[in-house]
Amino acid sequence: MSESRRDFLASAGKLLLLTGPAALAFDFVVSGRAQVAPGYSAREHWWGMLIDIEVCIGCGKCVKACKEENGVPEGPYFRTWVERYHVAGGVSEHPDVDSPNGGLDGFRERYRAGDGAKSFFVPKLCNHCATSPCVQVCPVGATFESPDGVVLVDKDYCLGCRYCVQACPYGCRFIDPRTNTVDKCSLCYHRITKGLTTACCEVCPTGARQLVDLKDPKDPVHEFLRTHKVQVLKPQLATGSKAYYNGLDGSVR
Amino acid sequence: MDPAALPVVQGFLYPNEAELQWSILIVLYPFLTGLVAGAFILASLARVFNVHEVRPTYRLALLSALAFLIVAPLPLQLHLGHPERAFEMYLTPHTTSAMAMFGFVYLWYLLAVLLLEIWLDYRKSIVLWAREKTGLTRRFYKLLTLGVDDIGPEALDLDDRAGRFITIVGIPSAFLLHGYVGFIFGSIKANPWWSTPLMPVVFLFSAIVSGIALVLLVYMATSALRGKAVDMACLDTIGRYLLYAFLVDFAVETLDLAHRMYEADESFKSLDFMVRTKLYFSHIVVQIVLGMFVPIAILGLVQLVKLSERARRGLYAVAAALTLIGIFAMRWNVVIGGQLFSKSFLGYTTYKLELAHREGLGPAILLMLLPFLILWVLVKLFPPWEEEDEAISPVRAGRPS
Amino acid sequence: MNGPLRHARHLIRVAALFVGLFVVFLFAKAALVPKDFGLYGHYRPSALAANTTRELSYAGRAACVDCHSDVEESRKGSKHARIGCEACHGPLARHAADPGAQAPVKPDPRAFCLGCHAQNVARPATFKQVDAEHAQGEPCSTCHGPHAPEKGPKP
Ligand code: HEC
Ligand code: HEC
Ligand code: HEC
Ligand code: HEC
Repeated sequence: MSESRRDFLASAGKLLLLTGPAALAFDFVVSGRAQVAPGYSAREHWWGMLIDIEVCIGCGKCVKACKEENGVPEGPYFRTWVERYHVAGGVSEHPDVDSPNGGLDGFRERYRAGDGAKSFFVPKLCNHCATSPCVQVCPVGATFESPDGVVLVDKDYCLGCRYCVQACPYGCRFIDPRTNTVDKCSLCYHRITKGLTTACCEVCPTGARQLVDLKDPKDPVHEFLRTHKVQVLKPQLATGSKAYYNGLDGSVR
Repeated sequence: MDPAALPVVQGFLYPNEAELQWSILIVLYPFLTGLVAGAFILASLARVFNVHEVRPTYRLALLSALAFLIVAPLPLQLHLGHPERAFEMYLTPHTTSAMAMFGFVYLWYLLAVLLLEIWLDYRKSIVLWAREKTGLTRRFYKLLTLGVDDIGPEALDLDDRAGRFITIVGIPSAFLLHGYVGFIFGSIKANPWWSTPLMPVVFLFSAIVSGIALVLLVYMATSALRGKAVDMACLDTIGRYLLYAFLVDFAVETLDLAHRMYEADESFKSLDFMVRTKLYFSHIVVQIVLGMFVPIAILGLVQLVKLSERARRGLYAVAAALTLIGIFAMRWNVVIGGQLFSKSFLGYTTYKLELAHREGLGPAILLMLLPFLILWVLVKLFPPWEEEDEAISPVRAGRPS
Repeated sequence: MNGPLRHARHLIRVAALFVGLFVVFLFAKAALVPKDFGLYGHYRPSALAANTTRELSYAGRAACVDCHSDVEESRKGSKHARIGCEACHGPLARHAADPGAQAPVKPDPRAFCLGCHAQNVARPATFKQVDAEHAQGEPCSTCHGPHAPEKGPKP
């Protein structure tokens, strides 16, 4: 069989087995062609984030740092934010949730200790889904999953149709009023490709947020995932989320 | 952002949800495409299904479809953050995106179906006009003949057969055109108000309903403007088909509703609350009662009771007008309603419609009037009236084919 | 033209028109689509690099230690040792690159510590929190140094 035909059959087979986008992602992951920054090979990474609800103190440093680092406009625009949950009577379908200014200025005490409810903070950010509903609906390829598993936006190509904003189940996208294009968490792609951690992880005082590289065998995340019960948000939507939550309560959505 | 401009919020929203993304313009877009698809289906009744009674509206329906189709992408275009980049949709269409594919469905429908069918149907007239008229209009028609003035029986027979073929292709295309619009919403799993496989079907039948109602109104209005009597047989038939389409539409929408209520999934309480409060007027009162029950009752009444022509005309006009309002409300409830609740199912926001804003009421009204202006021009250029050229259209001549 | 297509000349012209339009479209596409589009997936590969060009605001704690090893030393063994310098000092990438270019502002010692330590039932119970009485109207720094707070005021 000729080389090209074998190639074709192989790729056709992959397309049949995996879904189209997954097959493409697979190709780019194994080929590792993507050389996006000097000394950084996308092939060797598969990024995600670990969020430990049990140690988050709701200080809001991550929200502030994110806005600073990424030049996120003031107002109701957040690449990351923190929510406070208040669940009365154990399990509840109707938790009280608030996120004043995304948690940017922290949370004023609102509940009384010993009111019989549980209360906790939940940091949120783009889940960098492996099969992103937002990437699926982008009509032109202005948002995409990078070879190292980060969902990114091509600002100079985005139409501003907002279909992806509708498609994101987690509310992670917004339209930047300055550029009229979509914006979202880039997992500080400009930092992680230089060997730094994200701005939010950098400033998190308790280690409630940790950038993880699932392809790095030395990353402590593997040990953590093995020894803890972790969950992703809205698992029923099968988005392939890579934001893993430790201690996630059933009331969180 | 000016805090006063923030929408009124109730409960908890994800912080980024404070701004509504899709405005009244996106309501217009499925409404307009729906009218196109519906008007075309009515035209195909005459052409393919040999419903002779509706022939007086055949050309008018096609021209209406064209007028509305030309305007349909404008609200989308106006809504884009970067309208100048819209062509990327044709250059690098993302095959998994319903929106990207819609661009091609739209072009296909415009060029390969509607324009071709109209051209074939009018070709004899165009050739004749190119001979009769003078000056610029003559040049215009001459250009449209593509330099061929063969209107012999063989050529016309070919036109007729090609036209029939295109109509037959056109029916699934019309289904596709509007089914696709439904799919754009129905395929968003993040949004339970939209996400249902029935969405394309619901959109399709509501489209047929609205298109028939539109042509009915346009036909009555143009007849009145020209001082001609309306063809009652035609009107009665359209009324009957409107009723049929309505019954199917009603059945599908009820099925959707029953399914949602019975399954009552995680989102149900939130959506139910929304329908009972924020959407009560536009959903229950306008869409369901005024826009569906009342017209069905009127059209049913006309079937059951013998009424004078005058009364029937009045009732048809009322039913058709209510239908259009009701279907508009349906689009509104889908598009705006789908954004009023938080995807956390814990809160609600409000849509504030501004008047003089790029995406406000003003442009929406202009965009709604524009198709009628275009239709007026089209009617001037291509008079669709039967009396003027009895034998021109092969369809109108009632040729068995 | 003769033969069976004699009366289909207009149809052939329409077909030609469509083919022509399609060819024009193909040419336009070839000319306008970026050459490397789709190399890694359905997007412009240049967007990857574009996403890496933003300037840093936060230098990262490793950068600070180079010059402020004394601070790092004083934090050793403290509960605050794990906290990134810029969590408290704010973004200082420009300062780290050139200390003269950006003078760090010292955090306000009264309100600042409470941003993390104020009593809040949503905070994990294991995290040490203090109420309004704890400081007795003094700034925290009277009794706690910021870098190693357990060890009393600034060493
Ligand atoms: C290249 C060496 C260098 C690096 C790297 C550096 N600094 Fe400095 N920093 C200095 C010098 C020199 C001063 C003293 C400047 C002065 O007193 O005007 C200083 C002063 C400070 C001060 C005290 C200012 C005052 O008012 O006393 C703080 C706080 C500070 N640095 C924090 C940081 C942090 C946080 C980082 C890491 C992001 C950092 N520095 C990185 C050199 C450095
Ligand atoms: C818990 C918050 C916090 C952290 C974490 C922190 N600092 Fe500070 N730092 C302070 C505060 C508050 C002051 C001001 C003390 C004062 O006003 O006397 C300060 C003062 C300083 C100063 C001024 C000189 C001095 O010692 O007073 C330097 C330099 C400095 N910090 C560097 C660092 C570096 C480097 C790190 C990381 C290794 C760091 N800080 C981590 C809170 C912090
Ligand atoms: C960015 C958040 C943050 C800020 C700001 C902060 N701390 Fe802390 N503090 C922490 C964390 C996290 C710990 C460690 C908790 C643990 O490991 O159990 C801690 C621990 C402490 C402890 C030790 C508690 C114990 O377990 O014995 C003291 C005392 C303390 N901080 C005082 C201060 C003072 C005083 C300030 C103001 C200069 C301050 N903190 C500012 C986050 C913060
Ligand atoms: C008057 C001196 C004084 C001042 C002012 C003061 N503290 Fe303390 N703080 C102490 C002493 C003493 C302890 C140790 C007592 C203990 O272990 O119970 C302590 C303990 C703590 C602890 C650990 C609590 C625990 O349960 O182990 C924290 C956190 C803390 N202080 C934060 C602060 C903050 C924040 C401020 C500023 C608002 C502040 N302190 C101001 C004297 C002070």
